Amino acid sequence: MKLLIAALAVLTLISVPFATDALGQPALLSLATRIIIYAIAAASLNFILGYGGMISFGHAAFFGVGAYTVGILASHAGGDPLFGFIPGTKQMLITLPAALLVSGLFAALIGALSLRTGGVQFIMITLAFAQMLFFFFVSLTPYGGEDGIIIRRTNDLFALNMRDKTTLYYVILAIGAVFFTLLWRVVNSSFGAVLKGIRQNERRMAALGFVPYRYKLYAFVLAGMGAGLAGALMANFLRFASPDMMHWTKSGEFMIMVILGGVGSFFGPIFGAAAFLTLETFLAGWSEHWQLAMGGILLVVVLWTKGGIAGLIAKLGGHGK
Amino acid sequence: MILLIEQLLNGLQYGVMLFLLAAGLTLIFGIMGVINLAHGSLFMVGAYAGTYVAGITGSFWIGLPAALLAAAVTGFLVEALVIRRLYARDHLDQVLATFALILIFNQLITLIFGRQPVFTLLPDAFSGSVELLPGLPYPTYRLLIIATGLLVAGGLYLLINRTRVGMLVRAGASNRDMVRALGVDIRLLYTVVFGLGALLAGLAGYMTGPISSVQVGMGEQILLATFVVVVVGGVGSIKGAFVAGIGLGVIDTMLRAFLPGMLRQVMAPSDADAIGLGIASMGIYLLMALVLLVRPRGLFAAGA
Amino acid sequence: MSVLQVTKLMKRFGGLTATDDVSLKVEEGEIHAFIGPNGAGKSTLINQLCGELAPDSGRIHLGGRDITRLPVPARVALGLGRTFQVTNLLDDATCRENIAMAVQAREGLNFRIWDAVAGRQGLWDQADNLLAGTGLADRSHTPVHDLSHGERKQLELLIVLAQKPRILLLDEPMAGLGHVESQEMITRLREIGTYTPMLLVEHDMDAVFALATRVSVLVYGRIIASGTVDDIRDNADVREAYLGAEDELC
Repeated sequence: MKLLIAALAVLTLISVPFATDALGQPALLSLATRIIIYAIAAASLNFILGYGGMISFGHAAFFGVGAYTVGILASHAGGDPLFGFIPGTKQMLITLPAALLVSGLFAALIGALSLRTGGVQFIMITLAFAQMLFFFFVSLTPYGGEDGIIIRRTNDLFALNMRDKTTLYYVILAIGAVFFTLLWRVVNSSFGAVLKGIRQNERRMAALGFVPYRYKLYAFVLAGMGAGLAGALMANFLRFASPDMMHWTKSGEFMIMVILGGVGSFFGPIFGAAAFLTLETFLAGWSEHWQLAMGGILLVVVLWTKGGIAGLIAKLGGHGK
Repeated sequence: MILLIEQLLNGLQYGVMLFLLAAGLTLIFGIMGVINLAHGSLFMVGAYAGTYVAGITGSFWIGLPAALLAAAVTGFLVEALVIRRLYARDHLDQVLATFALILIFNQLITLIFGRQPVFTLLPDAFSGSVELLPGLPYPTYRLLIIATGLLVAGGLYLLINRTRVGMLVRAGASNRDMVRALGVDIRLLYTVVFGLGALLAGLAGYMTGPISSVQVGMGEQILLATFVVVVVGGVGSIKGAFVAGIGLGVIDTMLRAFLPGMLRQVMAPSDADAIGLGIASMGIYLLMALVLLVRPRGLFAAGA
Repeated sequence: MSVLQVTKLMKRFGGLTATDDVSLKVEEGEIHAFIGPNGAGKSTLINQLCGELAPDSGRIHLGGRDITRLPVPARVALGLGRTFQVTNLLDDATCRENIAMAVQAREGLNFRIWDAVAGRQGLWDQADNLLAGTGLADRSHTPVHDLSHGERKQLELLIVLAQKPRILLLDEPMAGLGHVESQEMITRLREIGTYTPMLLVEHDMDAVFALATRVSVLVYGRIIASGTVDDIRDNADVREAYLGAEDELC
C-alpha cells in the first residue's frame, strides 16, 4: 500500500512541468521547485529535531552557508582565486560537494560548542550563532553585503541546459530523490537507532554506554550538510544568495514546516514544506498582512493539533497512535 | 578620552535596557520553564502604546504609565490565552507558539499604526544635555535611562532578596517542583512573574523609543541580544542578567564605536568600516561562545 | 583484587553530608546488600558509583582501575552495569528494542549510517534469547509505555544483563513489586549472583536476607555496620537505627 502511494507521489512530481504547461501556470513550476528544496532543508532539521530531540533554532545558518558557497565560488569563476588559491567554479559537480563540506564544517564548529548545553540554552545558543553568521555575511561587502550576491548563471551540470526551468526542476527533483533515499538509510541505520534512543531517554543511553554528545554532534553535522545542500540548490534556482537566507526567521520557517508536517515522521517535512509554501503563496495573494493569518494558523496547529499532516494521514489510514 | 567616557555611558545605557529585558526573560525561563520569543513583542507594545499616548497628550510622563499599562494588559492576555497552555508542553511547542505570536503582533501593530516609524517625544526636563566633564556634553535623557535602569535593578534586588514573593521566585528558579510541592499557588506565581516581565519589557520599550526608532520588528532586534545576555548570565539569575547585561551592553557599544576606527589604521576606510561593523555585530556572540567553553551553564546559573 | 573498591567517599550538599567517609568492597561471587533507613544516602551513593554524581573526595576502583573521575559511559564500558530505582527506559520502543539497544551499545559499530539496524541479526537474537523463558517473552513487541510496573522492573534487569557487566549495581530492584513478582525476582537475582557480583541497594528485608552474602548498613551517609546477614541481624546499633522497625529484622 505504502509503495503504491509512493509511486503515485513520484509520478505526480515528475508530471509537474507538463501540468504547469497545460494549465498555463508557470508559477506552479517555481512553487514545486521551491517545495522540493525546502523539503530537503526541513527534512534535515527534522533529523536532529524530530529524531534526535535537538531543538536547533539556527538551522538556516547552514542553508545560507550552502547558498553562499555556490555564490562565492561562482563570483570567483574566471577571475582571481578565493583566498589566493581556491579557483572559482560554476560546475555543480564541484559546488554541491563544496557546499556540503563548508556547511558541514560550520555545523561541526557550532555544534561542538552548542551541544555542550541543552534545553532552553541550546535553543538560544543555536539562534544566536546563526544570527552571528547573518551579521558576518552582511558585513561581507565584497560579496554583496546586505544585498546579497547575484549569481549570473545557474551552475553547469554535464551538458544540460540549466537555464531551462524544466531541466533545472528535474535535476533538483533527482537530487531530492537521492537525498531522501540516503536519509531513509541513515534513519534506519545503527546510528539512526542510537539517535532515536537519545531523544527518548538520554540518561538511559548513557547508562548503556553511549556518549550522547558524540552522536548528537555527528547528527548535527549531517543535518547541517543537508541544509547546506538545500541552500546550494536554492542559490542555483534563485541565482541569488543573501544574508536573509540565514536570518533567524528563516530558521523559524523551517521549524514551522517540520511541525506542520509532523515532527519525527519521515515524509512529514515534505508535506510541511508543501503546506507552508502553498499557504504562503495563497495567503500572500490575498492580503499583504498574510503573516497574521499564518501566525494564527501556526498557533492553532501548535496548541490544538498533534502529529501534523503525517499524523493526520496515519489516523485516516487507521493506524494512528 | 572624552569619546571613551561618552561611549562607556552609551554602553551603560544600552546595557541597562538589556538588563530590563533579560531580567524578565530569565525569570520566565527559570521559574516557568517557558521559552518566550514574544517577549520582544511586549517591548514593542510598550513602545507603541506609550509613544502614541505621549503623542496625543503631548506629555512624555503621561505616556509612561500608558506604556506600562499596555504592556501589563497585553502580558496578562498573552499569559492567560497562550502561555498558560504551554507550561506542560515541550520547548518546541513553546518556541513555535510564541513565534506565531511574534508574527501576529507585528502584523497587528502594522495594521493599527502602519509601517512607518513613529514620531517620539522627549520629556522637556530631559531634552537637553549636561556637561559631565569639561568638553563632554551628554544627553540628560540617556542619563535618565541609566538612572531608571539602576533604580529598577535596585528594586528588583530588594524584591527578590527581601520579600516573600522574591523568596518564592528564587526558590522557583532553582527548583520548580519543590515550590509546587510546598503548596504555593503556582498559577498565581507564574502570572505575577510573567506580569513583572511584561512591565519591565514595556518600560524598556517606551524609554528606548526616543533614542532609537519605534517600528515594527524593534522587539526582535533587541531580543536576540537579550538571549545572549540570558545565556551568558545564566538562566534564572537576575544577578547574571545584570552583570551580563551591563557587560555585554558596554562591550557591544565600544566595539561598534571604536573597532572600525582601529581597523582604519591597517586597511582601506570602506573595508575597515564594513569589516569593523561586522565583527562588532558579532562581538557579543563570540563572547558568548567563549563563556560557554568555560561555563556551559552561564556565569551565575541557578540550581537545577 | 576486589571487583569494586570504594575508599573514603565523601559528598556534601551545602550543610548536609550525604556520604560520610564510606569505604566498601565487592568481591567476586558476592552479593553485597546495602540497607538503611530512608534518607540514609543510598541513592546518592549509587549515583556516585555510577558516575552521575561527582564525590567531593575519595576514590572508586573498578577491577583495580581508578574510575573516580570517569563519566558514566566510560564506566559502563569498563563493565559497570546498573538498574534504576524508578525505571528508566526507552518508552516508545518495545521490550525487544530496549534490550537490543543494550546489545548494540556493547557491540559497537554505531556510527554506521549505511547499514540497516534491523539487519543486525545478532542484536535481535541475543535480545530474543534473554527474553525467552521470562515473563516478558510474549510481551517482547509491546512498547514500554504499555507495560506494567512489574514488567518494567523485569525489563530493567534484562537490559543490564544484556550489557554483560563485570558488576551489577541494583537500585531497589524489588521496589513496587507484588509478592509473586518479588519471589520471581529474588530467584532470578540469586541465579545471576552465581556468575556476576552485585551491589544491591534494598528496603525489602526478605530479599536482603534471601540473597545477600554480605550486608552493610548506611545511616546518615555513614556505614555503621558491615558483615554477614546474621551479624547484622544481631547488631545492636543496627536495631537502634531501625527503631520501631524491629519486626522487619526478625
